[in-house]
Amino acid sequence: MAATGTTATPSTTAARTPNKGLRWLRRNIITIAGLATLAYLVLPNVIVMVFSFNKPNGRFNYQWQRFSTDAWTDPCGVADLCGSLGLSLQIAVWATVGATVLGTMIAFALARYRFRARAGVNTLIFLPMAMPEVVMAASLATLFLNMGIQFGFWTILIAHIMFCLSFVVTAVKARVMSMDPRLEQAAQDLYASPVQTFLRVTLPIAAPGIASGALLSFALSFDDFIITNFNAGSTVTFPMFVWGSAQRGTPVQINVIGTAMFLVAVLCVVVGQLAGKRRKRS
Amino acid sequence: MTTTARPAPPDEQADPAPLEVRRTPARKRLVPYWLLLPGILWLLVFFAAPLVYQASTSIQTGSLEEGFKVTWHFATYWDALGEYWPQFVRSVGFAAVATVLCLLLGYPLAYLIAFKAGRWRNVVMILVIAPFFTSFLIRTLAWKTILADGGPVVGALNSLHILDLTSALGITEGHRVLATPLAVVCGLTYNFLPFMILPLYTSLERIDPRLHEAAGDLYARPATTFRRVTFPLSMPGVVAGTLLTFIPAAGDYINAELLGSTDQKMIGNVIQSQFLRVLDYPTAAALSFILMAAILAMVTIYIRKSGTEDLV
Repeated sequence: MAATGTTATPSTTAARTPNKGLRWLRRNIITIAGLATLAYLVLPNVIVMVFSFNKPNGRFNYQWQRFSTDAWTDPCGVADLCGSLGLSLQIAVWATVGATVLGTMIAFALARYRFRARAGVNTLIFLPMAMPEVVMAASLATLFLNMGIQFGFWTILIAHIMFCLSFVVTAVKARVMSMDPRLEQAAQDLYASPVQTFLRVTLPIAAPGIASGALLSFALSFDDFIITNFNAGSTVTFPMFVWGSAQRGTPVQINVIGTAMFLVAVLCVVVGQLAGKRRKRS
Repeated sequence: MTTTARPAPPDEQADPAPLEVRRTPARKRLVPYWLLLPGILWLLVFFAAPLVYQASTSIQTGSLEEGFKVTWHFATYWDALGEYWPQFVRSVGFAAVATVLCLLLGYPLAYLIAFKAGRWRNVVMILVIAPFFTSFLIRTLAWKTILADGGPVVGALNSLHILDLTSALGITEGHRVLATPLAVVCGLTYNFLPFMILPLYTSLERIDPRLHEAAGDLYARPATTFRRVTFPLSMPGVVAGTLLTFIPAAGDYINAELLGSTDQKMIGNVIQSQFLRVLDYPTAAALSFILMAAILAMVTIYIRKSGTEDLV
């Protein structure tokens, strides 16, 4: 009896374990696949971070050699790097201001008024988002060349405002459209002037849409390479610097700046979330 | 674009506006046009006009020294297509494969965030968006490290003899991944994955979880529930995601340049080098015009077929 019992138990567990394992796998397959994708998304950031502490032997920072904090203590140690970073930030700020103002105006017109050529305006807003960047980049550069306009800061800024505009319109329009129009009517019933209604009711409600449009513009402008590549001339933005360094040799400082940007942004998001939660609780 | 303001057509009765509009002074009726004017002018001058300029450039002949003139030289299109059709085919092929991969990889993650993450939802969401904060060129360069010849990824693929299989299929060459189609498609998939995940998540999140319970109550197995309920309801996200992935991937030249070799050049690489290095503007213009027309045609057919025209 005892002998049969001992032989039976392992065989049943052996039969059951793969079954259990399979069942567990089947139940969690989506979670596993999702986490694998997440790892695929985050892995390059981890590599960038780890390699910001590398001390490469040659000009290229692709192979791990030894630990060093040299690049972190001297982030601007490479010629032109911090200059290009400053230029990119400057362009991103102005492009965000320009695109947000122009885009918000268009969004309000689309969401609040009826006018002719509405379909045409909608198409003109949609097309830049459905166009491969390289097409927009080459055609805008053709225009500047034909006009004899000098490539540089202004041509980059013009291009960035152009392609950020549509994204702002989309973000703000969605917000204004979902807004209850009776709120504005109520304000006017309570003798608010049109300007007061706009400043005290409409604008605060539209603000999250405007903010997300502005954030998106900033990110798009700061990180843009293709359109800048065609319209910058000899001006070097940060993505242009990275592109050039892929040919000449990648300094570790690039990884330092990439990591720092990442950490600052994540910190902002986390602080924002916590602040939002606390406000909700109180 | 006409700038003449007229009272709104009377057929829209749902709104109380028509009565009011007739009474409002002309100054007020012009408000939407003043709101539109600067932004639309910007787009007309710096987006629409350049496309027209480019069309005219593509039929010009001449040289840098003597200048270019419109000579209705349509042969540029034939020459460009004849010489660069492999790059066109490759671009569409790479972009299509990357889009399918993005869908296959992105769907489980979007599903996870929408239905299974629970209190981890925000954390996972931040991890999806966070990579954006590091310049995408730096992150693409990181793939050079990950896929490096002596690295762990290539080592593992080699010892599992996967690279033998893939090089037999022509996806890789020899015992390496860098400078092969696999590396370029891997980079494209990586770079555009968030553009797939975010719209998928948006449409999945709108699905009422009670629909899943109802399907289960009606004896649908989980797979059937997914096929008959969840997936059809997420179609707007699938369509938006595939467009947001395919369009930029087809015109991309960064992944092919950084992760590929001369044998993986895409049409974006050709346009870039014709415009910025060879300075053959008519050919560059013709190529980008063909690319634009091809993509607009594909997108239009795709939107019609998938029946979500309200997307636009």
